[in-house]
Amino acid sequence: MKEKVLTEHFGLESLYKIDVYQKQGGYRATEKALKKMKPAEILEEVKKANLRGRGGAGFPAGVKWSFVPETDKPKYLCVNADEGEPGTFKDRYIMSHNPHMLLEGIIITSFCVGISAAFIYIRGEYEAIALRLEQAISEAYEKGFLGKNILESGFDLDVYVHRGAGAYICGEETALLESLEGKRGNPRLKPPFPASVGLWQCPTVINNVETISNISHIILNGAEWFVKQGLPKDGGTRIFGVSGMVKNPGIYELPLGTSLKDIIFKHAGGMKEGKKLKAVIPGGMSAPILTADEVDIKMDFDSLVEANSMLGSAAIIVIDDKTSILDVLKVVAKFYSHESCGQCTPCRIGNSWINKIVKRIAEGKGKKEDLDSILRLASNIEGNTLCPLGDAAAMPIVSITKKFRKELESKL
Amino acid sequence: MSLEFSEKTKKKIEEIIARYPQKEAALLPVLHVTQQEFGFISAVQEKMVAQILGIKPIRVRELVTFYTMLSRESLGKYHIQVCTNLSCHLLGADNFVDYLVEKLGIEPGETTPDKKFTLSKVECLGACERAPCMMINFNYYGEMDPKKVDEILDGLK
Repeated sequence: MKEKVLTEHFGLESLYKIDVYQKQGGYRATEKALKKMKPAEILEEVKKANLRGRGGAGFPAGVKWSFVPETDKPKYLCVNADEGEPGTFKDRYIMSHNPHMLLEGIIITSFCVGISAAFIYIRGEYEAIALRLEQAISEAYEKGFLGKNILESGFDLDVYVHRGAGAYICGEETALLESLEGKRGNPRLKPPFPASVGLWQCPTVINNVETISNISHIILNGAEWFVKQGLPKDGGTRIFGVSGMVKNPGIYELPLGTSLKDIIFKHAGGMKEGKKLKAVIPGGMSAPILTADEVDIKMDFDSLVEANSMLGSAAIIVIDDKTSILDVLKVVAKFYSHESCGQCTPCRIGNSWINKIVKRIAEGKGKKEDLDSILRLASNIEGNTLCPLGDAAAMPIVSITKKFRKELESKL
Repeated sequence: MSLEFSEKTKKKIEEIIARYPQKEAALLPVLHVTQQEFGFISAVQEKMVAQILGIKPIRVRELVTFYTMLSRESLGKYHIQVCTNLSCHLLGADNFVDYLVEKLGIEPGETTPDKKFTLSKVECLGACERAPCMMINFNYYGEMDPKKVDEILDGLK
């Protein structure tokens, strides 16, 4: 019953070409949605599928769409392809292997919500993939899946690729909007949420690449089928990206709820020769760290929340026993200090101080009170910033400091 | 110094502007093509872009100083960006950077005197399964080690 959904045809060499994609049944979901379904029916189906956001927050996509108000203003779709969360590379695979699956999701989502312009905001480094997307978009125009009066449904849609330029913060949805509008990526105060006041002050749906890529499968196979691929409250599969000290790093599409232990030791081939497991970051760098004793856990949103961590972008970074935890903390602290947009004082100053303290410890000049200072600074960041970057920094820093306190103390 | 965009770039910029209901949204994509044409974005290019989009040059500078991929100084012909984030760090990115520093004779952030190479340490490039990874201009290279990078760099003219 459980099968691969998103990555099923990834082995096909030219899947990114529309002809090959169509031979695999591609664009049948679009035909079904636009010719046989009403927008309200699509919304109902996506809601029933319990498709939760794959970018990190896990918010149900159908519910998000339903927040878009009826209005005369234009509505927009922004696909978040910024993929900046350290450890995450799944969207790169989706977009390079199967860009039309993403486009189908974009078309159906836009039809459902009443959107006539969609932007794929892709991180600047993915230039080659941006070109591939543009190629796929032009193929879709040629075949009449984009443009005016798509499949004679009266529905119009244009899709554009917009490249970022190297700023982690632009993966945060309101920073992404600011960036798309041609500004610095400084997050906005919420509420209002983008669903009602988004791009150019208009209602805007923002979903991650993987989230949108699931839509065509839900339309073709139904919500009930989709839920069966995962968990009742958490439908579908998840593309886990495994990196770090494992034998076979890469992407693994598995049902939500697969055990973390199995992902590391069965699917990713276990630890590299001579290495033992020390810790795992289970959902991108922002997710609180798990120790080797904590990996017997189901990988779904709720199980990880119970374990005081998070599924986030499902990016699993595997850390071995030869790696000093101080080194890990140094990389984490440097990253958030570098990527803070600078707008909120607790994040800007807090992360820079934490970074300085950690660096000092690494230079052998640590003071007795340093670990408590780090925890105090982190607690002053958490919850006190406009956007989740503050929390995203505090969570791993606090969990590393608390769970590996003894090892860190030995460095003071 | 009077500079102008090439005809090709001018056309590209027009295409970009047409995508957006508001001209300002074209700023970041236009800066990408500007950097592609001139190699960097100094005050001169800032003014050119501002003029085309009908905005103040300071609005352009706001972006150039925010986004790390935009450069205010000229870079080497080949910009080597080595990821030093966690997955790459675990697999030896620091040693790899040290190797490049020694090989090229420059520190991260510097350009070789012959303007051939610029070396940068960067945050996650989104290719963690291929750690340690790097980019040279827009090409990705994974599972790097000294031997592999020797071959790659020696092949660049």
